[in-house]
Amino acid sequence: MTQILLQTVLSGVLIGLVYALVAVGLTLIFGVMDIVNFAHGEFLMLGMYASFWGWALWKLDPLFTLPFTALGLFAVGALLYRLVIRRIIDAPMLSQVFTTFGLMILFRGLAQYLWSPDFRSVEHTVVDGKVAFGGLSFGLPQVTAAAGAVVTTGAVWWFLRFTRLGAALEATAADREAAALMGIDGQKMFALAWGIGAACAGVAGALLSSTYPIFPDVGASFILVAFVLVALGGFGSVTGAFWAGILVGVVEVVGGFLWDPAYKMVLVLSLYLLVVWLRPQGLLGKA
Amino acid sequence: MLRARSLRVCYGRVPAVHDVSLSVDAGQIVAVVGANGAGKSTVLRALAGLNRLDAGAIELDGRRVDGLRADQRVPLGISLVPEGRHLFPRLSVQRNLELGAFTRHDRAEVAASLERVVEIFPFLKDRRQQAAGTLSGGEQQMVAIARGLMSRPRLLLLDEPSWGIAPMLVARIFETIAAINRSGVAILLVEQNVKRALSVAHRATVIQTGRVVAEGAAGELLRSDLVRQAYLGL
Ligand SMILES: Nc1ncnc2c1ncn2[C@@H]1O[C@H](COP(=O)(O)OP(=O)(O)O)[C@@H](O)[C@H]1O
Ligand SMILES: [Mg+2]
Repeated sequence: MTQILLQTVLSGVLIGLVYALVAVGLTLIFGVMDIVNFAHGEFLMLGMYASFWGWALWKLDPLFTLPFTALGLFAVGALLYRLVIRRIIDAPMLSQVFTTFGLMILFRGLAQYLWSPDFRSVEHTVVDGKVAFGGLSFGLPQVTAAAGAVVTTGAVWWFLRFTRLGAALEATAADREAAALMGIDGQKMFALAWGIGAACAGVAGALLSSTYPIFPDVGASFILVAFVLVALGGFGSVTGAFWAGILVGVVEVVGGFLWDPAYKMVLVLSLYLLVVWLRPQGLLGKA
Repeated sequence: MLRARSLRVCYGRVPAVHDVSLSVDAGQIVAVVGANGAGKSTVLRALAGLNRLDAGAIELDGRRVDGLRADQRVPLGISLVPEGRHLFPRLSVQRNLELGAFTRHDRAEVAASLERVVEIFPFLKDRRQQAAGTLSGGEQQMVAIARGLMSRPRLLLLDEPSWGIAPMLVARIFETIAAINRSGVAILLVEQNVKRALSVAHRATVIQTGRVVAEGAAGELLRSDLVRQAYLGL
């Protein structure tokens, strides 16, 4: 029994780490400019399709194309900022919500139009099979995805914490005017936040592409969890989103195992309500 | 060095500054004094690029800078230490100071500037790793000034540096301002503490509801009836 529970908990951690990566991008964008990006799941969807087409057209493994997927999504995020988001920074919150919500619908519609609503999948990937130890056994693709997510989240954390540009991003998040007085170009920082945020979601999509079905609305399954993580972890907190991801992954998988997988979202949202009720600033957020 | 001609700055459609001209020569301290709400901060913010001009012109060494954004004016040598300090409270003092040098790329020279500001404010030495938000008001003000110096400005704009500071520290802040000026930095100083400001400054501009009402040598203004009656209550 403990064996099975351990197996379940660790499976939860594995998926939770990928959830965390999706949420890291969302919380970064929110933290820097207070805009909720409803189209965030669509960055993940684009990452999945990039992996799919690389595989379908040129037989390239999603892991091999991953750096290009990341760069491509960075460009999509930064460009989207330049073309659209820049115009609504100081707009009322409702306009911002409608804009990113509209982008979500636009991206889904475009994907459907260009690539059809069919479910696609990437098969015969480089990493395949299982890893087993001590009576536990995990799919290698899942383990690889979790490892990739940890490395990417770690890289973002390191960037924010230890680089000059990362500090400038934090400064812009904390106080836009004061950052400008340091000579920091806020527009560049916002574009950077969108680029990194989209790249994180794109990498998550690439990591999931060998185990998840790929379809235009796939972002919907992830965006809700990502919002929960952003709120749980404390709005704008990358480390918070990381720990919240692990927690939610475990709750979801263990709950689904003990109860019924159909209700896993109920558990996640109950956890969310509980934390928001007891600690409105989130687990690691500052009051 | 700095010439601002007929500045007009509005918030929405309401003008806060109607018509203010002032200039700062190299090596000078110029004080801008006036009652609460006179438009002093708005003038400094416009000079730094945080507020857009509705009319007028700003020249630095003969070059128009009013079309530039705030971040573009920093490398030209303008640095504003804003009202209320606006440190990055969750970042360490060290990080705050490094951000002050964001536009500079020579690491060795930035390190030298760090040493210089620690010389000016010795308490910084053992506070570098502390989060800036946990310092006392006076210490935060000094970090804000130190951070403002890290871009190696030629013109330092100081907005109410003595505000909210323990009285015993106020004298030190003004001494420091004089010392910074002696090291070759021109200073535009906005202050409510009119007496001290006029004592440390070379020249001064008095503004009232967005307009210049007096201007001249600081010593003379300090003796003038207008200033003595309106601002010193003498
Ligand atoms: N952000 C703002 N929005 C609207 N009005 C403002 C703003 N900041 C200042 N004001 C108004 O502009 C005028 C000048 O303010 P300010 O420049 O802060 O004066 P001072 O620094 O001399 O006290 C005041 O009437 C003030 O109410
Ligand atoms: Mg003021």
